Amino acid sequence: MSGAAAVEIRGLEQRFETARGSVHALSGIDLRIEAGSFVSLIGPSGCGKSTLLRCIADLVTPTAGEVVVGGTTARRARQEHHYGIAFQAAGLLDWRTVQRNVELPLELHGVGRRERAARAAHLLEMVGLADFARMRPTELSGGMQQRVAIARALAEEPPLLLMDEPFGALDEMTRERMQAELLAIRARTGTTVVFVTHSIAEAVFCSTQVVVMSARPGRIVRVVDVDLPTRDEDAREHPSFFAGITAVREALRGRGVRGVAAGLGGDDR
Amino acid sequence: MALLGVLLLLLLWELYRALGPQAGVEVGGQRVLPRADPRSMPGVLDVLRAVGDPEVAVPGSRTVGVAVLASAWGTLRMALGGWLLGAVVGVALAVAMQRFRLVERGLLPYVVLSQTVPIIAIAPLISGWGGRLQLTPTLSWQPWMSVVVISAYLAFCPVALGMLRGLQAPSAASAELFTSFAATSRQTLLRLRVPASLPFLVPALRLAAAQAVVGAIVAEISTGTRGGIGRLILQYAQQATSSPGRLYAAILGAALLGLVAAALVNLLDVLALRLGRSRAPRSAGGPTPTPLDPGTGGPT
Repeated sequence: MSGAAAVEIRGLEQRFETARGSVHALSGIDLRIEAGSFVSLIGPSGCGKSTLLRCIADLVTPTAGEVVVGGTTARRARQEHHYGIAFQAAGLLDWRTVQRNVELPLELHGVGRRERAARAAHLLEMVGLADFARMRPTELSGGMQQRVAIARALAEEPPLLLMDEPFGALDEMTRERMQAELLAIRARTGTTVVFVTHSIAEAVFCSTQVVVMSARPGRIVRVVDVDLPTRDEDAREHPSFFAGITAVREALRGRGVRGVAAGLGGDDR
Repeated sequence: MALLGVLLLLLLWELYRALGPQAGVEVGGQRVLPRADPRSMPGVLDVLRAVGDPEVAVPGSRTVGVAVLASAWGTLRMALGGWLLGAVVGVALAVAMQRFRLVERGLLPYVVLSQTVPIIAIAPLISGWGGRLQLTPTLSWQPWMSVVVISAYLAFCPVALGMLRGLQAPSAASAELFTSFAATSRQTLLRLRVPASLPFLVPALRLAAAQAVVGAIVAEISTGTRGGIGRLILQYAQQATSSPGRLYAAILGAALLGLVAAALVNLLDVLALRLGRSRAPRSAGGPTPTPLDPGTGGPT
């Protein structure tokens, strides 16, 4: 940990005006994300974890408060391609090949054809899809599509990777494999990751810190530090993994938020 | 199969001519079946013979068939012009409506409403306004231009509606992705919305082609423009008592025109498909193009 903050959020408030009145999505959010860390945002549905991620990505403008990304405003960070982002739906363009999907951000930012192809080839190699470069996204399975989306998010070698439930639509086996792959990629690139998830196990396995949130309005309940000796498959059976899961679960229940356990039951494995 | 259908129809026609009562069938003074006499229902052979007849009884006159083909070609050119103009206007309107919410809310109802105005009512207006235009010092408004404009009036609507739906097809997540890339609105249009709209645009253009042909024929008739099949149908209809086969020959010409227009659009379809493929050459002998188990995704 270099000690520099990748993301710093101070006094963030988010309200949405809807036809049925004002919704207080986020309240009093203060959060510092160190460079090189892997931070998960977890909480019940409606706790605003996705909204918080969108604030960092400058896809949503906060009602009040300050969001500093990479030492500058969220807007400038976005305009300077400071982060890559991946959503639950891979969101690949069907009419482009896998390779051209990975090249998309480079193409938009005027990177030459030769360099684009070289970077895409390298990234597809990294996510294990080198043989699939010329195929269409619809010809790939869900897990493979999501890997393409991750390769695309990493195309410009951003210092920050934002992920909104990227493995939410995948089956459990694929999901665990993808988590391990993501950690391997991160180990090679040193990217800071902010990761929204529903799954306690996923959050604990991947993260250095788990930010536990509660709903209505969305607040940060606690930040749980996770310290696993390794991050391989054995880690899932290590006592400190279970200790982390217990700590996060306690934090989710701790504020007496009803329905949290039920809301997470499906993912709580 | 399509040919068989036509043959069956011709057979039915001839069968009724042979077996149907000459004076038709009346029920309570109301004719329910048509007369089967040669004037009301010329035989298939009569129509074919009429095609070979000289158009007027003067030596060296062109035959009816040549007149029909020449007129059909004239109408096809005007319809093509109307189709192109309608497509350009339709696409431009769709882009404006997608880009600006206000334009969509203000314009969309009128795009739909425009097609409820009978074309026969607006045709004289357009040729009347056009007639007062002097385009350049040497070029004044030509009657065929009115036909093109009226044809475009019918053709632009499906293009505008289809293209708008296509431009709005990308999900909010896709649009958000482009925002995250800090893509300009022009880039988002060209790299995201336009490619996504193509599957909507091609059927819209097909519909527009049919509309353009109908529009051109009706416009010719209602503005009295010469040189097209619509005008010829009108002319031969007046001669129907003396040579009933001619009218049917002209109608066949109009049908042929529709077929040619449809064929042209199909050609466009094939070209678009080929273009899409050439942009993404498939690797020969590569991995099988079926969803694979993510675990088999190469060296990980």
